Amino acid sequence: MDIALVYLLLIGFGILVYVLLDGFSLGVGILSPLLKNSDNKAIAMKSLSHIWDSNQTWLVFGGVVLFVAFPSVYAFVLSNLYIPIILMLVALIFRGIAFEFRFKSDRSQSFWDLSFSLGSIIATFCQGLILGALVGDMSSGKTLADPVDWWTPFSITTGFALLSGYGLLGACWLVRKTESSLQVVAKKLAQKLLFLMLAFFAVVSIWMLVDQPLIAERWLNFPNSLVLLPLPLLSLFFAIRLWGLLREKTEPGLKPLAYAAGLFMTAFGGLVAGVFPYIIPGRLTIWQAIAPDKTVYFTLVGILIFIPVIIGYNIYAYRTFSGKTSMKDGY
Amino acid sequence: MFDFFASLPDTAMLSRMQFAFTISYHIIFPTITIGLSLYLAFMEGMWLKTQNLAYLQQVKFWMKPFAITFGMGVVSGVVLSYEFGTNFSQFSEIVGPVLAPLLAYEVLTAFFLEAGFLGIMLFGWNRVSPKIHFMATCTVALGTVMSSFWILAANSWMHTPAGYEIINGQFQVTSWLEVIFNPSFPYRLAHMLLATFLSASLLFAGVNAYYLLKGKYQEFAKIGFSTAMLAILILAPVQILVGDFHGLNVAHHQPVKLAAMEGLWETEKGAALRLFAIPDQKNETNHFEISIPKAASLLITHELDGEIPGLDQVEEKDRPQVAVVFFAFRIMLALGGLMLLLGLTGAVARYKKRLFDFKPLLYLSVVMIPAGVIATLAGWYVVEVGRQPWLVQGLVRTADVISPLPAETVAFTLGLFVVVYTSLFFTYLYFMRKLILKGPPSLDEVQASLINPLLDDNDDLPATLNPAQVDVGYGQELAELLKKDGLNKNNQQPENKGDK
Repeated sequence: MDIALVYLLLIGFGILVYVLLDGFSLGVGILSPLLKNSDNKAIAMKSLSHIWDSNQTWLVFGGVVLFVAFPSVYAFVLSNLYIPIILMLVALIFRGIAFEFRFKSDRSQSFWDLSFSLGSIIATFCQGLILGALVGDMSSGKTLADPVDWWTPFSITTGFALLSGYGLLGACWLVRKTESSLQVVAKKLAQKLLFLMLAFFAVVSIWMLVDQPLIAERWLNFPNSLVLLPLPLLSLFFAIRLWGLLREKTEPGLKPLAYAAGLFMTAFGGLVAGVFPYIIPGRLTIWQAIAPDKTVYFTLVGILIFIPVIIGYNIYAYRTFSGKTSMKDGY
Repeated sequence: MFDFFASLPDTAMLSRMQFAFTISYHIIFPTITIGLSLYLAFMEGMWLKTQNLAYLQQVKFWMKPFAITFGMGVVSGVVLSYEFGTNFSQFSEIVGPVLAPLLAYEVLTAFFLEAGFLGIMLFGWNRVSPKIHFMATCTVALGTVMSSFWILAANSWMHTPAGYEIINGQFQVTSWLEVIFNPSFPYRLAHMLLATFLSASLLFAGVNAYYLLKGKYQEFAKIGFSTAMLAILILAPVQILVGDFHGLNVAHHQPVKLAAMEGLWETEKGAALRLFAIPDQKNETNHFEISIPKAASLLITHELDGEIPGLDQVEEKDRPQVAVVFFAFRIMLALGGLMLLLGLTGAVARYKKRLFDFKPLLYLSVVMIPAGVIATLAGWYVVEVGRQPWLVQGLVRTADVISPLPAETVAFTLGLFVVVYTSLFFTYLYFMRKLILKGPPSLDEVQASLINPLLDDNDDLPATLNPAQVDVGYGQELAELLKKDGLNKNNQQPENKGDK
């Protein structure tokens, strides 16, 4: 198989895993201000304190694999989206550090709650801006040397779309990890966010179809649209099932999170299908950007050996902390 | 406002400042956590072996400072993995094929490992068996060492590049073994790892000396202080020896850097060792020089009249900022000497059976808490500033590979980092102080924490989904031990009770 394609899949995999895992971690932070009392916020945070670090590591993984396989893309994207990337990193600092200090503080707990939620919100919004800037740039017909415009109505919309999406993942995580009244709150939030996310995703999809001739051509021409049709149908199915589960009074366990993740996967698949084979939409294809053979094969060996091991011990770590989070959790 | 922008340094200088600032800040934390994680693994191993609660008390206490330091390291480290691309885009493009895979291996073999097992190490006490917990602690320690292996391989390659060819302006690898085990790597790795062990030992020594001086937590402090003083006694001389080898390696591969370290403007036979001087870059000379004749030649060439190339071997534009390198080198050496002194004083005090009450030793230990970190930072300034104006020695100039960003943009982010990092650093110090003042949990509390408080919470889960029930947790195993009366003996001694 073509090595550039292999790496595109690997990066896609890395981004998807990151979006799903840190998505729910950031999502909990986004929702934290809506959880009202301090105990609820503490439980929500405690449900993440043992895993936020490994979830965030997928962001580093995605970045570094991009650096390995497509160094020119890494250089172009990062230097062009300088401000949103630096702001995202600084926001992630406030988010991450809150886990350590929140439970060692006496008087400043509410400050760390704020640091956690504001950090999560800004980091997510910046990620949405980055996504919107890259995809939105497609139709511009600019050359590789032109700067990317990251503050546009479209990128702001994708910023809010991602906030609602991560919020939904976070709410579904809380449904899994909490009990009684907090779980009821989480379920209600998840219902609202499901609608919000579907609305945003619909707006973004239509916007792209109208504005981006390349995506429109891929999606709306006859044989293609038939092949791609399962994606929107699948999202519809996931959304309906998720809605049903959130309305039930019984303990839904992990299922809502799984369906919300499914929604993200179909959206991600739809986006990749529309953009492929561009790695910087409209500017550079994967085959133009791939790094020298020695570099990509050397790293591929490591990825193929270690990623299964990493997934293995991460599953072990998740299982170790399965069950509902309680106030007693901590160290 | 207008004047402020007009007087800004250029993007290249600002980007360098930002990178220097963010990486200096980051390195403080791994310097502490690498040594600390090994200490935690050692103490937990001792606890498993002897079942003496005093060792577990060490683990339980130091785990909290470890956790906040590690957290600071993680959040400040993520910034760095993106900063190559944001501020040095050209560099990423042309050197990426060599350096990126090393960073990828760091993520694969270290970051994920640390992150994956840190959760179990910190929060898993009552959810996994003691052996698995010990394994998690060891794995985190292994991860921190692996991380330094890869990052130092990448850094060393920038000083002594090997195993590459340049095709169309882009670096390509000819041999990965040569890239990873490049000529300066073994020395740098050994020097840095020893530096982290020393830094952590100085932290233990100082904190425990503080408790001894205050007359608090005596039994707890004695274990830590004794271990730390022994570690410093062994590590300090070894570090000085390794540092010397590292210096010889610099003399061989980076003679300009060496000349800057020695403040040597002209090539000299029988060069003097400058103990103090104020280097003057403009006039290419030193002021207020105090030196030992011929000593530098003796140290570096092992001959009294050996020749050392001076800064005049290259043009002015190829020289680093001599004063920074010169002073940073001397700060590092002076602190290294103090560490040796501390180790020796500790040995004498121990021999005289006054290790725990010899006041000057205890005060010196407290004062020297930050010495390891400061020496490490100073050492990195020698290394990194000494390589300038090159980013890859002799091949890539820093100024040529900067991202094409407006100076105001970089000035804004640099300002942001300065404000955020400074306030976080004080927050970190505040919480470290708070944890240290709070002191260790008493042995009774340590023992109580072993009775599993979490088991009843998970009763509603099927056993297969609940490792707390699959594995034997600390609580159950301890309950059995207590029945056998094994732990009670260790526990009854009144002087072991911690805070009095």
